[in-house]
Amino acid sequence: MDSLYGIFLYAIYLLTMGGIYAVLVMGLNIQWGFTGLFNAGIAGFFAVGAYTSAIISTASSGRHLGGLSLPLWASLPGAMIASALIAWAVAWICIRLRSDYLAIATLGIAEILRLVLKNEDWATNGARGISRIPKPFEDLPEPWNQIAMLLLVLAILLVLYLLLERARRAPWGRVMTAIRENEAAARAAGKNVEGFRIEAFVLGGALMGLGGALMAHHVKFIDPNMAEPLSTTFIVWVMLIIGGSGNNKGALFGAFLVWTLWSTSEIVTTRLPAEWELKSAYLRFFLVGLALQIILQRYPAGILKEHRPIGK
Amino acid sequence: MNELIGFVNFHLIPGIVLGSIYALGAIGLTLTFGILRFANFAHGETMTLGAFVALVVIDLTNWHVLATLPFAMLLTVLTVLVMDRLFFRPLRTGPTVILLIASFGLMLMMRSAIQIIWGVDLETLSKGLAIPWVLFESLRIFPKHLLIVGAALLLMLGVHGLLRHTPIGKAMRAMSDSPELARMTGIDTERVVMATWITGAVLAAAAGVLLAYDTHLDSRMGFRVLLPIFAAALLGGLGRPYGAMAGGLVIGVAEELSTYSWIGDGPLVSPGYKSGVAFAIMIALLIWRPSGLFRGRVF
Repeated sequence: MDSLYGIFLYAIYLLTMGGIYAVLVMGLNIQWGFTGLFNAGIAGFFAVGAYTSAIISTASSGRHLGGLSLPLWASLPGAMIASALIAWAVAWICIRLRSDYLAIATLGIAEILRLVLKNEDWATNGARGISRIPKPFEDLPEPWNQIAMLLLVLAILLVLYLLLERARRAPWGRVMTAIRENEAAARAAGKNVEGFRIEAFVLGGALMGLGGALMAHHVKFIDPNMAEPLSTTFIVWVMLIIGGSGNNKGALFGAFLVWTLWSTSEIVTTRLPAEWELKSAYLRFFLVGLALQIILQRYPAGILKEHRPIGK
Repeated sequence: MNELIGFVNFHLIPGIVLGSIYALGAIGLTLTFGILRFANFAHGETMTLGAFVALVVIDLTNWHVLATLPFAMLLTVLTVLVMDRLFFRPLRTGPTVILLIASFGLMLMMRSAIQIIWGVDLETLSKGLAIPWVLFESLRIFPKHLLIVGAALLLMLGVHGLLRHTPIGKAMRAMSDSPELARMTGIDTERVVMATWITGAVLAAAAGVLLAYDTHLDSRMGFRVLLPIFAAALLGGLGRPYGAMAGGLVIGVAEELSTYSWIGDGPLVSPGYKSGVAFAIMIALLIWRPSGLFRGRVF
């Protein structure tokens, strides 16, 4: 019975984390899938969201900025606004240039944000991170607190999915596709290409901030290594490309699929002898990179292809 | 006087050394961008690979660091050519942004592979304490700094010779200027692409070895310098190798000078933010002058 219960709790953990990643992937889907904007700094937006919500929601500790002790309805929007502002600044600088410039600038902003989080002790407690972040429903008894958190994440995901599906079919979404497919034509049709691009980038950045906030509340602890540029950014990219970029269902599917594979493979590797455990952690990253290359070459559309809405 | 000597010893000379290393890295990056039209995120890891090959050769033979350069270059070139064949060539006909994603994936793969083979610990190429030459009783020059700058200058002269005086170099410049025109005049584009990878890998390997010689090496060194090198390439104007040389030097010197006590007693920029200097320069460029200092092209 005990092991069954353990598996049940693990499944809830898996789904909750998968759901949080799905929020990030949906954010990237707006940027890359809909509009074709490359973001190499997902980890940065994610970290800004996580730290903002931590600072808004934690009790006063003297080791970092905060002490507001505000509830979830303040910390989640706060995180989204903070990430959106940074996304807006990056977009404003780079949006008229080729995607390569945006890629370099986003990579840079993620690295700078990591430096700020690490060096500004007064605000972020530096490398020691922020702990005791309140988790919603943590006062409930054992399985119910986990279940309630999962339901919260899934509810947010459902709302996002419905909104984004609607946006994708609406004129707004079709302009995004037009910009991605043929910028000159979209411009000739009188669309404000820069404006729409900035909108997409900011919206995607806000969702990444939301993902970061959810992660901070779920894990209850954050430190600058969360913004380790490669791991977070990379996993989210792989999730979207494998699931099918441009397709919201694909984004959801990719997030849960890749997270399940990633997390369950860890169970295997932690049982290896210590020396191999470390190496197998790097091997997992290598395989994720390889999976991305294979998908790019063989199945560039991903598992679930993009369905273009057809005008009446 | 002491002030000036301290400035030269601890900021200007290290800046020039770092700058010439950045310059080598930035030339490869800018060539790849000019000819293959994508920002190669795996370039930093290519440098790391070169440094670790040098480490292996030194462990086996105990040679001088500079003597390991040919081996580091050779193995790095081979690896890069295999990577091009496996991961970039199949995608070459599609949109270039897919190449960008592939290079992003390759960055992770190369780093993981390096971590699996060599681990994540700090290593050094030259054991023992370096003793500087003292000139005029206070100016200190480390022999290794002279060797690094000398090697970098020789390599840059080599690049100059290649681009100006060899048919393949001229073809590279032609393709960088206009791929369509180059193709129409009968230039074998696959050969040019190969030459670009080889040149970039040779310089990246050298940059990695020299950087490891100057400080130390670990599996993340390439990623750490990727941003300054991008900034250097942007500063010189993307696709312009001579610009990249100047850009590298400027970024290297700017990083080292930023920690000098220009105002008051403390460093102007706290050392924790040293790598932010390149980023700040880059952002300023993107806002006001995306074509770089020398009015290159904006892609």
